[in-house]
Amino acid sequence: MPVLTYREAIRHALAEELERDSSVVVLGEEVGQFNGAYKVTEGLLAKFGPKRIVDTPISEAGFIGLGVGASMLGIRPVMELMFWSFYSVAFDQILNNAANVRYMSGGLINCPIVIRGPANGGTNVGATHSHTPENVLANHPGVKVVVPSTAADAKGLLKSAIRDNDPVFFLENTLLYGEKGEVPEGEHVVPLGLADVKRAGTDLTIVTYGRSVLHSLAAAEILQRDHGASVEVVDLRTIRPLDLDTVLASVAKTHRVLIVEEQKPFASVGSQLAYMIQREAFDELDAPIHRLATVDAPAIYSPPVEVEQLPNPSRVLKAALEALA
Amino acid sequence: MAQIIDMPKLSDTMTVGTLVKWLKQEGEPVKSGDMLAEVETDKATMELECFFDGTLLRQFAPAGSQVAIGSPLCAIGNPGEKVETPAAVPVPAPKPAAPLPVAAPTPPPAPRPVAPTPVAPALVPVSAPAPAAVSSARVRISPLARRLAAEKGVDYSRVTGSGPGGRIVRADIAAAAAKPAAPAAPAAAPAKSASPKGGADAWPWRSVFDPAPIQPESTAALSNMRTTIARRLVESKTTIPHFYLEIEVDAAPLGALRAQLNAGLGQDGVRLSVNDFILKASAAALRAVPGVNASWDAAGIKFHGAVHVSFAVAIEDGLITPVIRETDQKSVVQISTEAKDLGKRAKEKKLTPAEYTGGTFCVSNLGMMGIARFSAIINPPNAAILAVGATVRKPVVQDDQIVIGERMSLTLSCDHRVVDGALGARFLNALKDHLEHPALLLV
Repeated sequence: MPVLTYREAIRHALAEELERDSSVVVLGEEVGQFNGAYKVTEGLLAKFGPKRIVDTPISEAGFIGLGVGASMLGIRPVMELMFWSFYSVAFDQILNNAANVRYMSGGLINCPIVIRGPANGGTNVGATHSHTPENVLANHPGVKVVVPSTAADAKGLLKSAIRDNDPVFFLENTLLYGEKGEVPEGEHVVPLGLADVKRAGTDLTIVTYGRSVLHSLAAAEILQRDHGASVEVVDLRTIRPLDLDTVLASVAKTHRVLIVEEQKPFASVGSQLAYMIQREAFDELDAPIHRLATVDAPAIYSPPVEVEQLPNPSRVLKAALEALA
Repeated sequence: MAQIIDMPKLSDTMTVGTLVKWLKQEGEPVKSGDMLAEVETDKATMELECFFDGTLLRQFAPAGSQVAIGSPLCAIGNPGEKVETPAAVPVPAPKPAAPLPVAAPTPPPAPRPVAPTPVAPALVPVSAPAPAAVSSARVRISPLARRLAAEKGVDYSRVTGSGPGGRIVRADIAAAAAKPAAPAAPAAAPAKSASPKGGADAWPWRSVFDPAPIQPESTAALSNMRTTIARRLVESKTTIPHFYLEIEVDAAPLGALRAQLNAGLGQDGVRLSVNDFILKASAAALRAVPGVNASWDAAGIKFHGAVHVSFAVAIEDGLITPVIRETDQKSVVQISTEAKDLGKRAKEKKLTPAEYTGGTFCVSNLGMMGIARFSAIINPPNAAILAVGATVRKPVVQDDQIVIGERMSLTLSCDHRVVDGALGARFLNALKDHLEHPALLLV
């Protein structure tokens, strides 16, 4: 199986879908001539030309609005946000218009737009560039929210996102772009709304997504080696629709849960998930549901402190031991 | 002049007592309030109190001997005083049973109007105890552990939690379930059947290949209790014309009520047994049909104005029937608390005679040991005894459909001299109605 970086896997998904469907276009700041701020779209302009790969002005409200309107008329735009942190400039376009248009048109108008880009901390880019808005996005009925953790999932999920007829928000991670992983050859599509058990175990379920999956897997190895604890890692992959069935099946096996997320803890994806698990699996729980999130503060600018603000393997290990007590 | 102390009558059924042990020896000074000896009656072991000041001059009965009521035990007087050995009272022989007139044929029980299908009553806790200000008594247990405890029949109030803050977790319940049950009186332990799942404790009985002899050939001396049980039951079965009435009760409403109450009262340490409700319902039925709350007496039939329900407790080497006085005046929770205390002290042989005499009706329950139905021997001078069987899931016909019901069998043994068939049937129907409409037992 070929080994690709997460960045290449996304690029392959874009190229394959641009090839497959002539209505697919890529728009964003620096996606064309500069080959992308994070080089995800490298080479696409040369291959597909300026009608398909479009550089936009530095105005998220404007170009996202353009994309939303185009999608209503049959185009399948894939919009790049240089940072997902800038989504708030286009909040009205994304979450007031795109999210509601199918409902408000009585199903007459679809909005098959994909908005993608990195949403993460840990790179010393400051509090205004480090947001993780998956909880804010997922709070809106009518949208889909995807946070892939591996190269294979990134490719397969982006292809599903582009083919989906609803707004899909695809949250990547600059610290994952260089991570390598095996990606199946040929047509590789991962359906939205399906979680993936990344590691099987019997003593504790870690429910997580995005880069925290990697931290959780690293911690799980230490727990197995040093503590004899068998940890199952469930990667949600899609935040909305949420695959609660896979989570509950795992909880029924291990009876203990730790939720790990690169989110501020207040009203996060993890807090919603904790509610849903206890509601559906109360009698399966042998301990309270534990959560590990980003420390509740604006993204800290000091690099060594920022590392400790975010989930990392040693913080996951500590939280897992508490959940196993 | 020396005072002679005789064997006192320490229980209403006692005829002889065993002097277990002297607590004061000859020549020892004694004063009023001292304990002189331990005496075992047919029901309990008690201390013999001294009501005089002086010196214990003579002991007339050695430790271990049986002494009839009224026979001398010891003498107390001034030091050096001479005492004669007084005459002992002979141990009385049981009276021969008087010939009985032939009982008249039992009239058929009057047909009862069929009550409409009872709808499970909405249950409102009437007098739940006020919750404690601080629920420190609440057991910390994970939801999973609580569920497993219920599935495995583990009493988690006895389990020590290993989780944070002493929380009971799954592993603690698994460990408790793996251990054998806490030792209870052998007769009272629930009958354990072979488990189809296999494992070390799957077969609770002796190994099929055990080569040892089943037991040594021997004759055990009769204890006072065994003697009393033998005398009284032979007397009962040979002099009382027993007849038996059986009725089947829908136990589902009672089960639902009990589950609700135990769930709601668990944090207050209340755990009501089926038997607690049977005692309460029996008292209620005796109020409704007081003719059963009576005794045969040579002078005439005594009708009792108060309801004192006793219940059989299996103890080492026998059984005893402690009494819940004024049962009809007490709440189920009060009855439960009292029954637990009486049962515990019965097993320790610590009951006082007042606590196991004077009952007007008796309940014997083998349901918790899986017995579906049985007939009990009347405990004189009661006119009837109720034998309670297990609640069994079985097919029943309801609205012309066969459905799974929860049924409990009740068998009433009646003294035909006092209770005729129709009266006994009325009592059982009253009892059935109360058990099938158990919310009334809470009022």
